[in-house]
Amino acid sequence: MNSYHLDHLQHLETEAIHIMREVAGEFDRPALLFSGGKDSICLLRLAEKAFRPSELPLPLLNVDTGHHFPELNEFRDRRAQQLGAKLVVRKVEDAIANGVAVPAAGEISRNRLQIPTLLAAIEEFRFDCCIGGARRDEEKARAKERFFSFRDGFGQWDPKNQRPEIWNLYNGRLNPGENMRVFPLSNWTEMDVWEYIQREKLEVPSIYFSHRRQCVRRGGQWLPVNDLVPPKPNEEVRDLVVRVRTIGDIISTGMIESPADDVADIIAEIAAARVTERGSRADDKTSEAAMEDRKKAGYF
Amino acid sequence: MNVPVDILRFNTCGSVDDGKSTLIGRLLYDSKSLMEDQLEALERSADITGGGQINLANLTDGLRAEREQGITIDVAYRYFATPRRKFIIADTPGHVQYTRNMVTGASSANLSIVLVDARAGVIEQSRRHTAIAALLRIPHLVVAVNKMDLVDWSEQRFLEIRAQFEEFLPRLDIKDVKFIPLSALNGDNVVEPSPHTPWYVGPTLLGHLESVHIASDWNLNGFRLPVQWVNRPNNPTDPKLHDFRGFSGQIAGGIVRTGQKVIALPAGIVTTVKQIWTYDGPVEQAFCPQSVTLVLEHDIDVSRGSTIIGTDQLPGASSQLQAEICWMHPRPLQPGKKYFLKHTTQTVQAAVTEIVSKLNMATLDAEPEPAALAMNDIGEIRLRTAKPIVFDGYATNRLTGSFILIEQGSNATVAAGMLLPPREIVKPENGDYVI
Repeated sequence: MNSYHLDHLQHLETEAIHIMREVAGEFDRPALLFSGGKDSICLLRLAEKAFRPSELPLPLLNVDTGHHFPELNEFRDRRAQQLGAKLVVRKVEDAIANGVAVPAAGEISRNRLQIPTLLAAIEEFRFDCCIGGARRDEEKARAKERFFSFRDGFGQWDPKNQRPEIWNLYNGRLNPGENMRVFPLSNWTEMDVWEYIQREKLEVPSIYFSHRRQCVRRGGQWLPVNDLVPPKPNEEVRDLVVRVRTIGDIISTGMIESPADDVADIIAEIAAARVTERGSRADDKTSEAAMEDRKKAGYF
Repeated sequence: MNVPVDILRFNTCGSVDDGKSTLIGRLLYDSKSLMEDQLEALERSADITGGGQINLANLTDGLRAEREQGITIDVAYRYFATPRRKFIIADTPGHVQYTRNMVTGASSANLSIVLVDARAGVIEQSRRHTAIAALLRIPHLVVAVNKMDLVDWSEQRFLEIRAQFEEFLPRLDIKDVKFIPLSALNGDNVVEPSPHTPWYVGPTLLGHLESVHIASDWNLNGFRLPVQWVNRPNNPTDPKLHDFRGFSGQIAGGIVRTGQKVIALPAGIVTTVKQIWTYDGPVEQAFCPQSVTLVLEHDIDVSRGSTIIGTDQLPGASSQLQAEICWMHPRPLQPGKKYFLKHTTQTVQAAVTEIVSKLNMATLDAEPEPAALAMNDIGEIRLRTAKPIVFDGYATNRLTGSFILIEQGSNATVAAGMLLPPREIVKPENGDYVI
């Protein structure tokens, strides 16, 4: 290879930086969705690469479902502070309290309820663009989404009527009330994300690494025992060496048994993996079109 | 761990039922890029809809309407890697009405796969897709002659189809074409060589994708930096950078070095590159398609939409443009109507002054003075912009030679445009513009 060669991570990086800067150039009030998960950790590093030595020209936004792993929120707050970034957190609990989000009878999951919470935050701050860490390799509906994903006045995605995206020319034009979701990591795979974390020496929350945790077997996966997931009378509580591969809410995220305690181990584990990342997320298993339906309603 | 060294982006196109999605499913399946839960999901849907038969197309047809109607309605992106390369697939649908999606999927591709049903041979869709690949100047083309099992693996049939392509290929500007006989359904010549084609000595499809030369697909001649964002810290991360003023963008062509002379357009001012700033520290040189921040010697008027160029291989600058376009919207092109034109990092108003010709997809002839350009038509136009843009011909540089048209009001992206070479190049009259 000559010296004018970029490897696959460098290609993905420059594509993502270009997209970040297009957002800064074309939108008045953008925000970056930061959960503290591995994908949004990469997004933050890309934002640094796009905008330093300036301060980040956009605040960080997180919808707190109230069912987050505590390690994740601790990491989120600390990382935002390290970067000197403004962090806006909007809670599903508050949205329920003031009637913005209304749980159905017996609805425990906060998955659906984060949608109205997010839309209310977008309205409150008049955000015209939210950068998110979604990747196309995660799920079949996401595989069809553009980098610049147009949302109408109700936050809805219309998969049959997406703007063509040609070369690296993104159409960010909006009418009042509409907004854009932008996904710079669209072309990244789970493996790319970990390789980038390794190359950039990025810190990730401790729950990605192997640790001991009490779990119960439910719905074909190991769920972490906690206040929201108490063991049922017939369930055996096991003390396992586990980690998370993908982080959702604490009530639906399956732990995987794993001895991987550093990034290199995780990369080796993914290379040998025989199930996809979202195989451990109960929220996607509801039906074939679970993600499609949530996105149409305004999900990330 | 063996990390793939580079990325190949390719798209698949063909008409309905040529087996595009099956081919992608087969590539993923045979290269062991599918996971157990994906296979389980496939089997689940097979029980419901397929009478127990696994349908590889279900892997890529992600939306409910597609599964129900058995069609692909939008570009689906798939990812897989082998020890030799990492691949990004754009699965682009074949129906006439979705040509715009093919243009979307193909515009950033290194390689296009055109699928042909061995029984049907070349049809209008095959010509259309090949012509679009040529128009977009995709460097490599693969003609995958599929369903060879249904023509008894006949070499003669394969050669007939090849001859049908070779009738019109010389009229299109495609440098590298490869013909491969295969069966996506059964996996012959996709990943594993087929025992049924002893007469075929070429590589399997995956073998070709892994080895085709793509290192020179980027343009390293003629430095171009369209400025995306002016980097002026109010509270810089390093207090010493209080007076920092940099111009951030992705290099769209060529190479830039610290200390070299550059010209800032449209101002036309010649200055020197003081520093190439990156998050990982300053670098001596940078090249297309890296993203950088340039610090210039003089404090000059540069903002988003400006272009910083080198002093050789100069671009054109004009408000009178000529281009080939693909129309992508149900409302036809209206000459005289004002559209927004987005080119590199600037958006200007533009009006089409003339429709010069329209491409006849059956004959591949350019027919002069067409009445209109409608959805999925390809034609040549002249247009006028509200202010001059700095550009290259698309054949020279895909990034500085392309644009989109946006309809005012609806904000719909209505056309993809490829600029013809400039008639006049920028003339930085030496000395006059130097500060």
